[in-house]
Amino acid sequence: MTITLTHYLILSAILFSIGTAGVFLRRNLITVLLSIEIMLNAVNLTFVAAGRHFGQVDGQVIVFFVMTVAAAEAAVGLALVISLFRHKESLSPDVFTSLKW
Amino acid sequence: MMIPPLDVVLFFVFGGSAIAASLAVVAQRNPMHSVLFLIASFAALAGLYIGLDSPFTAVTQIIVYAGAIMVLFLFVVMLLNAPREDVASPYGPAYVTLTTGPRRAFAALSVVLVVELTLAVMRYFGEPVATGGAQRGAEVSSVKAIGLAIFTNYSLAFEATSVLILVAMVGAVVLAKRRL
Amino acid sequence: MLALIPLLPFTGFLVNATLGRRLTKGVSGAVACLAMILAFGVSVVASMQLVGHDPAARVIDQSLYTWIAAGSFHADLAFRLDPLSMLMILVVTGIGSLIHIYSTAYMHDESDSEFARYFSYLNLFASFMLMLVLGSNLLVMFIGWEGVGLCSYLLIGFWFKKQSANDAGKKAFVVNRVGDFAFILGLALTFWTFGTVDFREIAIKVAPLATETAVFGTLSIITLLFFIGATGKSAQIPLYVWLPDAMEGPTPVSALIHAATMVTAGVYMIGRNAELFSHAPQTLEIVAIIGAATALMAGTIGLVQNDIKRVLAYSTVSQLGYMFLAMGVGAFAGGIFHLYTHAFFKALMFLGSGAVIHALHGEQDIRKMGGLKKEIPLTYWTFLIGAIAIAGVPPLAGFFSKDEILYRTFATDHKILWAIGMLTALLTAVYMFRLVFLTFHGERAVAGHDAHGHGAHGHGGGHGHDDHGHGGGHLHDAPPAMAAALLILAVGSVVAGAVGIPHVLGGTNRIEAFLEPSFHPALAGAASHGPATAGEPAAHTGLPAEAVGEHGAEVGGDESTEMKLMGASVLIALLGIGIAAYFFLINRALADGIASTFSAVYRTLLNKYWIDELYDATIVQPLKWLSDHVLWKVVDVWIIDGIVNGVGVFTRGSAALLRMLQTGSVRTYAASLVLGVVLILGYYLMQ
Repeated sequence: MTITLTHYLILSAILFSIGTAGVFLRRNLITVLLSIEIMLNAVNLTFVAAGRHFGQVDGQVIVFFVMTVAAAEAAVGLALVISLFRHKESLSPDVFTSLKW
Repeated sequence: MMIPPLDVVLFFVFGGSAIAASLAVVAQRNPMHSVLFLIASFAALAGLYIGLDSPFTAVTQIIVYAGAIMVLFLFVVMLLNAPREDVASPYGPAYVTLTTGPRRAFAALSVVLVVELTLAVMRYFGEPVATGGAQRGAEVSSVKAIGLAIFTNYSLAFEATSVLILVAMVGAVVLAKRRL
Repeated sequence: MLALIPLLPFTGFLVNATLGRRLTKGVSGAVACLAMILAFGVSVVASMQLVGHDPAARVIDQSLYTWIAAGSFHADLAFRLDPLSMLMILVVTGIGSLIHIYSTAYMHDESDSEFARYFSYLNLFASFMLMLVLGSNLLVMFIGWEGVGLCSYLLIGFWFKKQSANDAGKKAFVVNRVGDFAFILGLALTFWTFGTVDFREIAIKVAPLATETAVFGTLSIITLLFFIGATGKSAQIPLYVWLPDAMEGPTPVSALIHAATMVTAGVYMIGRNAELFSHAPQTLEIVAIIGAATALMAGTIGLVQNDIKRVLAYSTVSQLGYMFLAMGVGAFAGGIFHLYTHAFFKALMFLGSGAVIHALHGEQDIRKMGGLKKEIPLTYWTFLIGAIAIAGVPPLAGFFSKDEILYRTFATDHKILWAIGMLTALLTAVYMFRLVFLTFHGERAVAGHDAHGHGAHGHGGGHGHDDHGHGGGHLHDAPPAMAAALLILAVGSVVAGAVGIPHVLGGTNRIEAFLEPSFHPALAGAASHGPATAGEPAAHTGLPAEAVGEHGAEVGGDESTEMKLMGASVLIALLGIGIAAYFFLINRALADGIASTFSAVYRTLLNKYWIDELYDATIVQPLKWLSDHVLWKVVDVWIIDGIVNGVGVFTRGSAALLRMLQTGSVRTYAASLVLGVVLILGYYLMQ
């Protein structure tokens, strides 16, 4: 059997769902951020596979940018986590409920 | 017994590892362990990238993601001395996601998501395309080609991303300060 | 110029309604009376102009503005003066003016604002009534029709602090409304059938149609609906019940509205639509039968009533029955003639009763009266003239009109109705003279009232009534304003019949000839009439005129019958007076004895055949039950409140549900995001 684009896409889908599950099932903010990274990686995989499928380099270029943005986002996100931790001494997302109204 | 070709084997090996590692990331109670498993997942993905004739991406993944971002995560985890999640599950850490009702519903939600995505993929990408064709792969996905594309077609995005990083840096510094 | 006639009293209404509170009684009374007198003046001028026209073309139109113009349908706010409406406006403005003048004295004890309110209503009524009779189409007439109903309600309930007055006003209005509903249906059906609501056009369109003798067709239905409306307004069976109760209002109101003008609107309406009604003989039969039945029934009730105004009220109902009987047998002119004469003597008697009540300071029970003949002689003599007139003794007015009706009933082969009419005539004489004898003759049943300072009333006027202070009563007779009205009306009651003296007695029955073009405008050119002067009620010049060809032909061979019938009516009248004299003048104890012997009959009559109670039980109580248990408890509380409150409940409920979306938990928000993605993906997968 040959590995086709479909395989890669399904793998990517599975990874993406795992990340999604992590986002709203975990009660630790850092783990939530890690799950987001998983999701981003799944998307990267999709791009690279699709780019390879169509014989273009654009897939990788986009991955390049995604990685950059992921880094920036991780940095800012962690800074926020630190600041929140300082405020409430807890890393659980259930503690921060000020978005109610 | 036929040994499948190498690319197939490598695909399933790396793919399986990635999935396993990701599951471990989500399932671990200790965030430190989660970070380490995530690094393993990245490594597996890098292997997949190499299988896809994208060496540059693979290397960048290791350097940037595993090397920089995960290190950052580790710093923060250790800085915050993140406590373990308070889990009173008799089933142990791996089953923490499936103990309570809403959690079960949410977990089911993700399963549904997978299924849907798979169905979508199957519907739209029926015909197989081989990942072979090394001669094409080499020209297309060399560093030179990527560099050319970045600095010509995507130059605006490049510049914007650099601004973004600058902003993120400043933002991170400001946000994490004790007193402004 | 025609528009001035209803407009002048309307202006009076506006003045008194807006400024009344700040005006003195003298000024507001003067404004109101002046409005009416001016209206009367304009009416006279218009009438003289009208009779100057050639008899075949006696019509003056005036359109104020185009009210409805939709496709081929036109209805303007337009007035038309023709012989019939000319007679009516003279009656309304003439007798109306007298009653206004009378009221200035009668209502003198009211406060300034009440006085002004009274006159504003009275003027408003006059303006609506004039609109009713001058309207050239059904819509304008209907405005007037409704308006007089409203004013009747306002005036009956004038002393609104009395619960009985309020009830009576409401009763009048509601019962009228039932009739009005039928009127509207008739109006709509007329429009549908003929495409127009103008009277002349309707008459012209109806004239060539076949008379509905065999079948109860559209014309019969239209006329029946109009007639039901007339029973409401003119107090016939079954909608007469409001009129006796309407006596709660001030006596001048009873005189004007419930004797001379408003209640005659139904008769006028039939006269106006004479062509239409002529083509529906079955409805005319119904009209005649109901008219006769009402006349008889009211006459029997009036026989035993003890309130002076009630007797007169039932008398009015009875006389209206005569008018409808006339219309029903095709004697349209006869009905209108009786309307005209009745206006005089009934208004006279009501005003006279008002003078009695005024003199006795509010006493209305005739059993407590008696012997007033010497104490208030002016009132007595004028009242007596009215009573003789209504009894039908020649040569007073009532004889000619009533006789005309009875003759025509007999001549058109309605022998049974004629018999009923004769019986009612007997009863009329009896109860009316019972009233006279019990009120004015004999001994007073109660001790006389003391006099109070009469100097200010200024009785020494030139109207020829005696001063008070005969005997021990010290009652004061009618003050000048009231006396003037009484005298003028008394004169009218005597001479008004002159316009309708039949051929048999050497007259020319001018009124019938005069009114003919109004009833059958399509045949307007057919007969040739001599010129006649305007029908000025108080002064008649006996101009000879040719005999009307039509009328002459009809009665050609029946002169002897007519003489015989005339003789019979005179005898009946005198017999009635005699019976009343015997029972109520000479031998009162016998009357009481008969009453107690036939006590069941007596009580039935006294309780008005318990019709009010019947209506109450069959109509009013079920409606109240329906309103209470169905309309209120179910429709209002459940359905309407349910909907209104339900909106609130629904809002709160959905808000409570929606509130759960905002938990503040970020994780839940993220989960709902994923849920959304799942749903959308699922939707597209399904396609």
